[in-house]
Amino acid sequence: MKRSNRKNRAVSAEPGESMREIQEFTLDELRHLFSPRAQTGETMVLNMGPQHPSTHGVLRLIVELDGETVVNCVPDIGFLHTGIEKNMEYKTYLKAEVMTDRMDYLYSIGNNLVYCLAIEKLTGLKPPPRADAIRVILTELSRLQSHLIWIGTSSLDLAAMSTFLYAMREREMILDIFELVSGQRMMTTYIRPGGLWRDVPAEFEAAVRHVVDVLPKRIDEYEALLTKNLLFIDRTKGIGKIDTATCLAWNVSGPTLRATGLAQDQRKSNPYSGYGQYDFDIPTQKEGDVYARYLVRVAEMRESVKIISQALDKLPYGPVIDNNRKFVPPPRSEIGVSMESLIHHFKLWTEGFTPPAGAVYSSIESPRGELGVFLESDGGPKPFRVHYRTPSIPLLQVIPILAKGHFVADLVGIIGSIDIILGDADR
Amino acid sequence: MNAALIWEWIIKSVIVLLVMTAGFAYVTWYERKVLARMQARIGPNRAGWAGLLQPIADAVKLIFKEELVPDKADKVIFILAPVITVIPALIITAVVPWGPTVHLFGRDIALSVANINLGALYILTVTSISVYGITLAGWSSNNKYATLGGLRATAQMISYELALGMAMLGPILLAGSMSLTDIVNAQQHLWYIVLQPVGALIYMVATIAEINRAPFDMPEAEQELTAGYHVEYSGMKFALFFMAEYIKMIAISMIGASLFLGGFQGPFLSTFPWLGPIYLFIKVVVLLFGLIWIRATFPRIRYDRLMSFGWKILFPLSVVNLMVTAVVVRLVGG
Repeated sequence: MKRSNRKNRAVSAEPGESMREIQEFTLDELRHLFSPRAQTGETMVLNMGPQHPSTHGVLRLIVELDGETVVNCVPDIGFLHTGIEKNMEYKTYLKAEVMTDRMDYLYSIGNNLVYCLAIEKLTGLKPPPRADAIRVILTELSRLQSHLIWIGTSSLDLAAMSTFLYAMREREMILDIFELVSGQRMMTTYIRPGGLWRDVPAEFEAAVRHVVDVLPKRIDEYEALLTKNLLFIDRTKGIGKIDTATCLAWNVSGPTLRATGLAQDQRKSNPYSGYGQYDFDIPTQKEGDVYARYLVRVAEMRESVKIISQALDKLPYGPVIDNNRKFVPPPRSEIGVSMESLIHHFKLWTEGFTPPAGAVYSSIESPRGELGVFLESDGGPKPFRVHYRTPSIPLLQVIPILAKGHFVADLVGIIGSIDIILGDADR
Repeated sequence: MNAALIWEWIIKSVIVLLVMTAGFAYVTWYERKVLARMQARIGPNRAGWAGLLQPIADAVKLIFKEELVPDKADKVIFILAPVITVIPALIITAVVPWGPTVHLFGRDIALSVANINLGALYILTVTSISVYGITLAGWSSNNKYATLGGLRATAQMISYELALGMAMLGPILLAGSMSLTDIVNAQQHLWYIVLQPVGALIYMVATIAEINRAPFDMPEAEQELTAGYHVEYSGMKFALFFMAEYIKMIAISMIGASLFLGGFQGPFLSTFPWLGPIYLFIKVVVLLFGLIWIRATFPRIRYDRLMSFGWKILFPLSVVNLMVTAVVVRLVGG
């Protein structure tokens, strides 16, 4: 099964330099990844992606098929590599934050939040209660819109196409709220070290209230389409099973872990931004299959609505950002009357702030699992090292375990059910 | 046989072909509109009033597209496959009557292309040819996705042909004839869906599988096989596959209406025979709506589940249905 001898040629960046050849790999070099049957041509090696409608971005899967049964499957990532983590080391803390939005593009507010939590840990900044409450509302809205995308795309993978469009309709309301508060729909960079960029506008409460009122009915609609649908149950029950021990061994967290029966959630075990004061449950299921993950996520959406409505009810008034002028830029009104403020403003927007040297780790619960950031500072204005612990990488690693022995039609269902974001994995 | 009769046949055939091809174009429009309304969208509304010129715009686009043939494809079969798929779809409705006999130009003209006494058998035969086109398209493309799609089409065909045939035997037994015209005429007072509810259900399920519509669209399965058997096709050859699928949608709706919903039968037919085609049209539109509704609602059933559903549920059910019908017809009608 040798591939053709024709070599792909890549034109080098500089004219005049000799053309570099890209070496094609043969099946022999990948021998260790496949069963011996692939060598004889008894099983078929199928290349799924990176351009494939159901690989959720640019995931490439090299699948070994026996008929339509998946014998082995090798995820290949790196097609969306952005170098964001490395780039952040060359920018001031505040400028680096803008890039964090682009990693997990469905939970960009959460990426901001975890980065800011790390900086706050390092510097001792304390966000005021109003900032915390708005952070909770926005991250939960963000989780809702991520789950809406998930419910749409994962059911679209099973060819239930209408749910996708309904979910997009509801996501629009949430994106409108982001636009309202920050002027941006996805890449908001609204959460800043020490609090928020600025206070929410007056229309914010009514807009969020509308979402809280409308969304439970819409979730009922999705459930009417899917939860009791015999064909949907048939496609999801018993598919892509995983148990708690395997999940923990592979560092899998989030809804995939909770669907195996372990109620692990950063919002409960390590409450940040005042999550401790809200009353909500951690939905779990026992089976650990695609259907269990579906049920967990749908229940999580209802819990999110619950949290948002509680946070909205007791939304405190007051400032939305810490008062420490060494880290937080002064408001415009102060600059005109205070020399100190003018100096702070100048320093913060040229050199940037300088947290004390040290290393911190902070983590939050993303819609996909534990999202953590490890931040090391050498006392300078730029982070020495930023590392994101993203939930998508462990999820990608368990795809072969989940998919083995299932049909290729279930493989797309499984990929949909674990809800990976490739921007989250390649950073 | 005289010249006038031959002219009559030619004219009727041309009319059927034109109606089917125009019907194909407007079924795509109809499907897009209905799906859009079900999915909180608007659907085509740019080309012409309410997007009515959209099918023409699509056709023009597809005609001017580059026709790609993969390097290692079996070229003859690759080009032949869409033709093999589309021709059965076009000729399948030849035996379906679209109205009673009308008096025109001093002649009695039966509103059907061919009233052959083995009409039902003709339908089964012709539909089974079209699967060759799909299988060959999948095989000749020299693409792994296409091959899988083609194989799925074959497996699906085997699982559903029998149940489909058995379901069609119910109305045949009741009418005592295999001619579709006789079957329609026998439903003047009572539609066979009342006498054959199980048969009608099996017919609908089996034909949806037969024409590879959602939720039985495994050979295409855009989510897993990207587009299945027609993944390598482009331009007009691709359009031919779509044409076959949509014409078959019309065809199975027409046949289903004739077998179970009384075909062109309806009130005041004896006084106004031209109401026949209108009644048939309404019934076809209703059935097409059902097909689109199913597509908007259900996820795709899995390949192995489809096979076991076909063999373990539909086939025994259709046999039992057939036996009960036969016994009852013998006891009551005999």
